[in-house]
Amino acid sequence: MAEELIYSDAYLRGILGRVRTIAMVGASPNWNRPSYFVMKYLLEKGYGVVPVNPRAAGQEILGIPCIATLAEVPGAIDMVDVFRAGEAAGAIVDEAIALRETKGIAVVWMQIGVRNDAAAARAQAAGIEVVMDHCPKIEYGRLNSELSWGGFNSRIISSRRRKVHIR
Amino acid sequence: MSKTDKNQFGFETRMIHAGTPPEPITGARQTPIFQNTSYVFHDADHAASLFNLQTFGFIYSRLTNPTVAALEERIASLENGRGATCCASGHAAQILAFFPFMEPGDAFIASNRLYGGSITQFGKTFKKFGWQVHFVDVDEPENVRQALTPNCKAIFVESLANPGGVVSDLEALADIAHDAGVPLIVDNTMATPYLCQPFEWGADLVVHSMTKFLSGNGTSVGGCVVDSGTFDWSQNDKFAGLTEPEPAYHGLRFYETFGDMAFTTHAHAVGLRDLGATLAPMNAFQTLLGIETLSLRMDRHCANALEVAHFLEGHELVDWVSHAGLDSSPYRALAKKYLPGGAGAVFTFGVKGGYEMGVKVVESCELFSHLANIGDTRSLILHPASTTHRQLSDEQRVAAGAGPEVVRVSIGLETVGDLLADLDQALQLAAKPGKHAAE
Repeated sequence: MAEELIYSDAYLRGILGRVRTIAMVGASPNWNRPSYFVMKYLLEKGYGVVPVNPRAAGQEILGIPCIATLAEVPGAIDMVDVFRAGEAAGAIVDEAIALRETKGIAVVWMQIGVRNDAAAARAQAAGIEVVMDHCPKIEYGRLNSELSWGGFNSRIISSRRRKVHIR
Repeated sequence: MSKTDKNQFGFETRMIHAGTPPEPITGARQTPIFQNTSYVFHDADHAASLFNLQTFGFIYSRLTNPTVAALEERIASLENGRGATCCASGHAAQILAFFPFMEPGDAFIASNRLYGGSITQFGKTFKKFGWQVHFVDVDEPENVRQALTPNCKAIFVESLANPGGVVSDLEALADIAHDAGVPLIVDNTMATPYLCQPFEWGADLVVHSMTKFLSGNGTSVGGCVVDSGTFDWSQNDKFAGLTEPEPAYHGLRFYETFGDMAFTTHAHAVGLRDLGATLAPMNAFQTLLGIETLSLRMDRHCANALEVAHFLEGHELVDWVSHAGLDSSPYRALAKKYLPGGAGAVFTFGVKGGYEMGVKVVESCELFSHLANIGDTRSLILHPASTTHRQLSDEQRVAAGAGPEVVRVSIGLETVGDLLADLDQALQLAAKPGKHAAE
């Protein structure tokens, strides 16, 4: 079995802090699918999320038009979030690499259960940051104490007072 | 890199800090007691997200509460698990542990040396849910393999059994469980995560009565189920509760949606929601305080207990002592492997003179408190056959290490010489013909 992927908190914080716009490949219009949960959460946290799925193209997901392919997404994409199986992920990563210059793609994030080491190596060689087999919703929640609310082990220990913005 | 390597901090640091950063709004350093039932929604959409389990947050304290959640994270950290679910008692934790995957007609295997209260709960009350238990002598792990049936959903043992000084061979039992495609559930109450780390040996779920050494002062009843997050619930069709659509959440599949967080999410969102055995925030706070000194207390509990065990082993009125830290114990080798920091502080001894002598000894103590608890700062004493194990048959009592002559002690943190003196005077007084402390 492949080595367990461990990313430092600083690396994940950096990505989640810099990224503004996310193209979610494999987004589903079905409200009880995991991708729908993640998209809704990321929208609530202020990210721009563009759903990409040829089978749902033309429909709206959470009020946002679903686009057939990455290339057709209007405007810049900071991060591509891959909600497709590991085999399909290779082609999506290659498409992201090809669009890196024109779309400004800086990060490819593959969801839990999605891992393609060869594709990750190609993306990194092209200057793209990669996360595999993790979920941006879970990591965002973990790094911001929200995961702890459900009794989960965030593995974060700090005596510093977290800054909260009261509006 | 193993999971353990993800812990940047040592056990003692996590005992004090895990789950409890400063409260961000006020800066309060000690964990606030959130003594409230419910939480305001931002708007209707936020409420919908929470009820659909689409976002993290609080709805109602029967499901989750910030003080209880802090304790859950701390115990999950100490056990090196993925998540934890705290609840009203150790018995509630045992129901919660089985509830996500047991259906009427299902069965599980449990050690026949479990704490008597667990044997009664599993054998009598679980039967009303249609859950069947097969009690097995797990000293020979192959007995467990023989007892496996197609409807068996789990194997349940104590790392260190109450009260017998019995240690389970966790690694061998985990292999048997995993060969059968079922989880190994370990009650780690007597050992605590300081003395034993069941997940390191392959256990999949850990349960605690937090009432004992975790809270430590005999103030608060509470329980906890910890999930390792490593068991594959989809490897066979035994765990439909976690893998198949959940009607109460509009067909959500917990394992597909929440992955290694599925068990703990289910235990809150379905288990606590519908069984209602919620931990009170005040009890969570007391238990958090207790855990801050767990390692210090366990070191002293173990040292005192071993000295008392040696003393009793050499006492003329004592027939035998069952403590896994003694060279005379058949569990010495297992204790060295699974409990390297000490073999615990609760053990039994057999008095010469049987049932009557056992009763007299507990009634003759001046310093040991005669009560039905363990894991207190105070030393405690009990005659199981006439109290905690009273509901069992004679045969079950002997199997559970609670025969007529057996006395159970939970050794506290007092000056050890005072404990030796109290037990000695109680034994001498009990042995005097016609004399009785109560007379």
